[in-house]
Amino acid sequence: MERGRKMKKCKLWLADGTQFTGESFGHDFSKSHSFGEVVFNTSMVGYQEIMSDPSYYGQILTMTYPLQGNYGISREDFESLKPVIRGLVVKEYCEYPSNFRSRTTLSEFLKEFKIPAISGIDTRKLTRILRNKGNMKGLISHEAMTEAEAMDQLLNTDLPHDHVKQVSIKTPFHYQNSGMRIVMIDFGFKASILRHLMERNCEVIVLPYNATPADIRKYHPDGILLSNGPGDPKDVPEAIQTVKVIQEEFPLMGICLGHQIFSLANGANTYKMNFGHRGANHPVKDLSTSKTYLTSQNHGYAVDMDSLSRTHLAVTQINLNDSTIEGVKHQHLPCFSVQYHPEAAAGPNDTSFLFDEFLSLIKTKKYERGLHA
Amino acid sequence: MPKNNEIKRVLVIGSGPIVIGQAAEFDYAGTQAIRALKDEGLEVVLVNSNPATIMTDQEMCDRVYMEPLTVDFLEKILYRERPDGILPTLGGQTALNLAVELAEKGILKKLGIKLLGTNLETIKRAEDRALFKELLSELGEPVIDSIIAHTWEEAQQFCQKIGLPLIIRPAFTLGGTGGGIASTAEEFHTIVHSGLKASPISQCLIEKSIAGFKEIEYEIMRDAKDNCIVICNMENIDPVGVHTGDSIVVAPSQTLSDREYQMLRDSSLKIIRALKIEGGCNVQFALDPSSFQYYVIEVNPRVSRSSALASKATGYPIAKIASLIAIGYGLDEIKNPVTKKTYACFEPALDYIVTKIPRWPFDKFNQGNRRLGTQMKATGEVMGLGRTLEESLMKAARSLEIGTYHLELKDYKNVPYRSFLERLKKPDDERLFLVMEAFRQGMSINDMHELTKIDRFFLQKLNNIIKVENTLKEATLTTELLKKSKSMGFTDRKIAELTNRTEEEVFLHRSAENIFPVYKMVDTCAAEFLSETPYYYSSYEEENEIIQTNREKVIVLGSGPIRIGQGIEFDYATVHAIQALKEAGYEAIIINNNPETVSTDFNISDRLYFEPLNVEDVMHVIREEEKFGKLKGVIVQFGGQTAINLAKPLSQKGVTILGTKLEDIDRAEDRKRFEELLESLNIKRPEGRTVTSGEEALAASKCLGFPVIVRPSYVLGGRAMKVVHDEETLLTYMIEAVKVNPEYPVLIDRYILGKEVEVDALCDGENVFIPGIMEHIEKAGVHSGDSIAVYPPQNINIETQNALIKTTMALAKGLNTKGLINIQYVLLENQVYVLEVNPRASRTVPFLSKVTKIPMAKIATKLMLGKNLIELGLYHGYHPEEDLISVKVPVFSFAKLVDVDTALGPEMKSTGEVIGSEITFAKALYKGLLAAGIKLPSAGTILVTISDKHKTEMIPLLKSFRRLGFKFMATEGTASFMRDHGLMVENVNKIHQGTPHILDAIKEGKANIVINTLSNGDSVASDGFKMRRAAVENGVVCLTSLDTAHALVSALESISFGIYNLGEEIDETYSAHS
Ligand SMILES: Nc1ncnc2c1ncn2[C@@H]1O[C@H](COP(=O)(O)OP(=O)(O)O)[C@@H](O)[C@H]1O
Ligand SMILES: Nc1ncnc2c1ncn2[C@@H]1O[C@H](COP(=O)(O)OP(=O)(O)O)[C@@H](O)[C@H]1O
Ligand SMILES: [Mg+2]
Ligand SMILES: [Mg+2]
Repeated sequence: MERGRKMKKCKLWLADGTQFTGESFGHDFSKSHSFGEVVFNTSMVGYQEIMSDPSYYGQILTMTYPLQGNYGISREDFESLKPVIRGLVVKEYCEYPSNFRSRTTLSEFLKEFKIPAISGIDTRKLTRILRNKGNMKGLISHEAMTEAEAMDQLLNTDLPHDHVKQVSIKTPFHYQNSGMRIVMIDFGFKASILRHLMERNCEVIVLPYNATPADIRKYHPDGILLSNGPGDPKDVPEAIQTVKVIQEEFPLMGICLGHQIFSLANGANTYKMNFGHRGANHPVKDLSTSKTYLTSQNHGYAVDMDSLSRTHLAVTQINLNDSTIEGVKHQHLPCFSVQYHPEAAAGPNDTSFLFDEFLSLIKTKKYERGLHA
Repeated sequence: MPKNNEIKRVLVIGSGPIVIGQAAEFDYAGTQAIRALKDEGLEVVLVNSNPATIMTDQEMCDRVYMEPLTVDFLEKILYRERPDGILPTLGGQTALNLAVELAEKGILKKLGIKLLGTNLETIKRAEDRALFKELLSELGEPVIDSIIAHTWEEAQQFCQKIGLPLIIRPAFTLGGTGGGIASTAEEFHTIVHSGLKASPISQCLIEKSIAGFKEIEYEIMRDAKDNCIVICNMENIDPVGVHTGDSIVVAPSQTLSDREYQMLRDSSLKIIRALKIEGGCNVQFALDPSSFQYYVIEVNPRVSRSSALASKATGYPIAKIASLIAIGYGLDEIKNPVTKKTYACFEPALDYIVTKIPRWPFDKFNQGNRRLGTQMKATGEVMGLGRTLEESLMKAARSLEIGTYHLELKDYKNVPYRSFLERLKKPDDERLFLVMEAFRQGMSINDMHELTKIDRFFLQKLNNIIKVENTLKEATLTTELLKKSKSMGFTDRKIAELTNRTEEEVFLHRSAENIFPVYKMVDTCAAEFLSETPYYYSSYEEENEIIQTNREKVIVLGSGPIRIGQGIEFDYATVHAIQALKEAGYEAIIINNNPETVSTDFNISDRLYFEPLNVEDVMHVIREEEKFGKLKGVIVQFGGQTAINLAKPLSQKGVTILGTKLEDIDRAEDRKRFEELLESLNIKRPEGRTVTSGEEALAASKCLGFPVIVRPSYVLGGRAMKVVHDEETLLTYMIEAVKVNPEYPVLIDRYILGKEVEVDALCDGENVFIPGIMEHIEKAGVHSGDSIAVYPPQNINIETQNALIKTTMALAKGLNTKGLINIQYVLLENQVYVLEVNPRASRTVPFLSKVTKIPMAKIATKLMLGKNLIELGLYHGYHPEEDLISVKVPVFSFAKLVDVDTALGPEMKSTGEVIGSEITFAKALYKGLLAAGIKLPSAGTILVTISDKHKTEMIPLLKSFRRLGFKFMATEGTASFMRDHGLMVENVNKIHQGTPHILDAIKEGKANIVINTLSNGDSVASDGFKMRRAAVENGVVCLTSLDTAHALVSALESISFGIYNLGEEIDETYSAHS
């Protein structure tokens, strides 16, 4: 309307039959449509990091904060090279961002990566639906799609199970450095994890999600980091098998999907949550110090508390709000994992000390090994 | 950590009278905190000298002391109460400073009383600018180049080294008193001197000016376990250089990326941890718009105006949580009172935008200096919530009640923007509107950014509004365009104006297309968790979230932003109305837009609509409420002029107004109809005329005789009102001060120099109950809100009192009052004249309710619901007078308002009030004056300059001062008159006679009291004006009414002894009230 430009109308469909009409401000698709699991994130800042977090693979992301794109897109704040969300849903996007680092607008960015986006949506209504009914399949389509067509698509399309395969690197990657050598198994890692390790002088070798114990041993790492990633941890049985073996050999830290895989490897169970945790304000209580931290989270699955009794894992941290597991550690091995994102980005930096703890765990282990050798 | 069980009795210190920089937000915080402590089973004792607060209601605490907030009085109370702890973080700077003094004097230690929330060291490290800088350096946080200066020489040296512009900020002062930004050597000289003087410890921080940076605030909390959270961050639209209290502020921040957001979050948490604050804290940052460079501006280790705003913006009750932390709880142990499921240890997520706009008093003080800077000048603020920034901003703008329903001021319409470029650069209270006007005329965003330094993001948003205005003007009004304009906050009225339609037509179009707002909940968590907070805002969205019931309900309209003339008193009455509705079994619904107040605490009512008090917005709420259950009606009696003004448009739309009928409200407010009423009841009022020209005015004055009192008919609240003594001034007034045109005539009344009296009454239509009569100390001509008032009356004879009672009853009945009525009288020669009738709750309701123990607003509410006085246990008559004598003393904020004349007159100037209660009038008055912060010297020199008409009257007064040991200093005329009457006096030069003159005497501390009465046509250039300003700026008591001076003498007499030399002739016994 402004500047004589006519906005293209488009629609968002939910599997429960709800439909929203809005305007397209991302990838222009007049015939196709985009399918994914509709989720919401409550962070008020950080859309760039969130959109480029590989854990959102296959999902249509709703931002609950109504104004998005205010500070544009910077060169630095990417968590991966390529955003993998299937769509972005907002109330309003900003055409004229303002920030000294801004290189381009949210809209241009989405177009560049062919991501559909819809604005003008009552995202609070959408969020309340998801909160009450759980995350569900959804579709962003052009305006002309009929309800029957949309419902047919939604009914007959299944959510994928190969998320990790899609986002994980195919061949190993090496980041030179002078400090400890960490093998990071990539289930869809966020760049900030790498940044945190590099800042601590770690040499990082990133291996594909299906790396075998033999592959890993080849690099003689000081420690293993299981990265975050998208989807259901049970969809990556090969990784679970690998972790079972290597946890006996190396100190290990797991983050998010890495945490779930670590738990599964130790005999625990995971389940799909109703609408998950996505945001930057989740309080996590450390059971040993009884301190609470604010954490950045993004997960739709969680480790089942009851299932831990069968394992050698102990709960170290819980979510203050719903008492779900936020961290576990192995009772005998130098291995631990957390459900949230200590690397933050987007979100609070309260728990970045976990990287230091991981490195000191490795040091202690080395020292002990030295004694036993 | 669970609750500390050693703490059983807590003493809470309130913030005292409302002044600029310390207002209703502390009643909100205090009330919330006290409720939380009581719920925890603690015994709560409160000290606060401000009777117009909910927190000082008897039911709130175990014991309430409405005593002066001074160390002496607190010490007495502490000895008597022996509390286990004292909570000083809820009463603003006042309470914090008192706590420091109490601790430093060793009183707390001696009595074994703990300082809760924050310890002495923390307060000092945060408040002392030098210690704070030290702390920042230790933490490795960036600090701006600065020095701490105690003398002019130190300041000058620094200036030579760093260069201008520099900012001067005095230590331990309120709202930036005495500080400012200096760009020239001259400014530097002036500001440094006033700053050193303003600081109680003669200390100023002088630092490099970083005006133009983004100003960002973080509201954070910490518990004793070291859990720390951010409640809310806020971004000032006005960059650094304008005090946050005077800035337009949005929440959350809009232009920060996650990196910047987290960087400042980390810094705030680091600081609160280092300070070891247990409770709430506010950190202000300056952030370079073109790098990651930031600076910490200051920290407030307590709840503040910003924390009240953050609480209302997020729904997170900071004061409540802070007090639970103070008594030992951890954040992880306290349930989030909004969701009732999650915990207080989390960071609220907003899914709407909040805009705060300050409300300034320049509509009253049009001669005042409107420039905004580092000293706060606003008296109040409004808040708007929306799903778009434009919507929230427009809602806030039309909540201001400055005669606009859009981001537009008629006065600047089509005024070429080139003519106000300077005002864009150097902001004043109207900048937002000037920016809009310049955009309307096509100024570019870049040019605007260069001038104002306002972030382009915000300028874009403002310009979006202009774009829609233009589209509305040019294009046809499609449903889509209508929807879009509504979602950007346009009113029907504005759309109608832009599209050449009537408002009705726009509304019909909307109704046909079903374009109505829905109501969204403020729930702290962006809908992630289920909550049932009854706190709503409107928006043009799809889903409505109102949780409706089928109960019968009543809507109460609040009083909007706090301004001079309509202060916290009206919120007090509003809250009582809500409480009464609940007691009576109704669902109590409130509409209000003021984030500082108790009435907008979502715990107070059954449903809170945070909305503009504008007809359209109110009608939307009514429409919503009529969907379910029965809406009995709307109450307009408690929200001051704001609410009463809505009575007419609402009734025209078929809304039931409870209580006194519109017809009768109109009879009280319409001058002509009011005169008819008085005539029919045979009641006198000062004779008056309505005139439209200079000639008519002169003719009228001939009939009435000078002095006369004049005012334009179109403004309420005593604005532009003046006492005029001669023809020349009258003509000037007619020409200059008022745009005389037939549409807005000027009212001229005979000025009756008599005793002013105020009566509030309750009426059920039949019977009239009068809780009390208040006598004013200053004669009529000083606005009732600025007069010292006493209950019960001290100098009114029984006949006159009976006449007052009779007249009040006749008027109350004559107006078919249902609820409250307030009548102002002037008494002269045993005659009773009516000055004004307010068919609503008045400013005196809280004071009178407290001193008479009659809950006036609650009773009024029940009367409106249909009960009668007898059923409520009252009767037709005058409530027996109490034994205790209570004095209400007004408090002014002149120190903050540069170039505002302090002389009292018919225009109200005070911002707050205090109470002093005692067994004699003189003692009560003394207490009241102390509580008002008037430093009463028990001896010293009085500087006297008095206009001729008052000279005879002043002699006995001055003799009384002499008897108390005071000496005098006076300008020529006054001095010789005094000598003629046997008073010794030292001459002092008028300003034109050269230094040392009167101003020097004040600045150098030679005069301890100034008595100056207004001569005719006193202008800003006059000696009198300069002298009064000098007194304010130097903290010298300045009396502009001889009546106040009389009262002061009697107060001083009650506490001091005279001194006489042998054989001295004793002055005739002085009586202040003969
Ligand atoms: N160095 C500076 N340069 C320019 N403006 C400043 C500087 N420091 C503070 N200010 C402005 O002055 C205002 C008041 O300062 P502040 O320290 O917050 O005092 P107060 O105690 O009155 O709140 C701030 O809100 C900010 O806009
Ligand atoms: N005719 C009069 N004679 C003397 N004083 C008057 C007269 N009219 C008004 N005043 C003074 O002016 C003040 C304000 O006038 P009022 O009509 O009450 O206006 P407001 O609406 O501001 O309360 C009064 O409190 C009184 O002191
Ligand atoms: Mg400040
Ligand atoms: Mg009045």
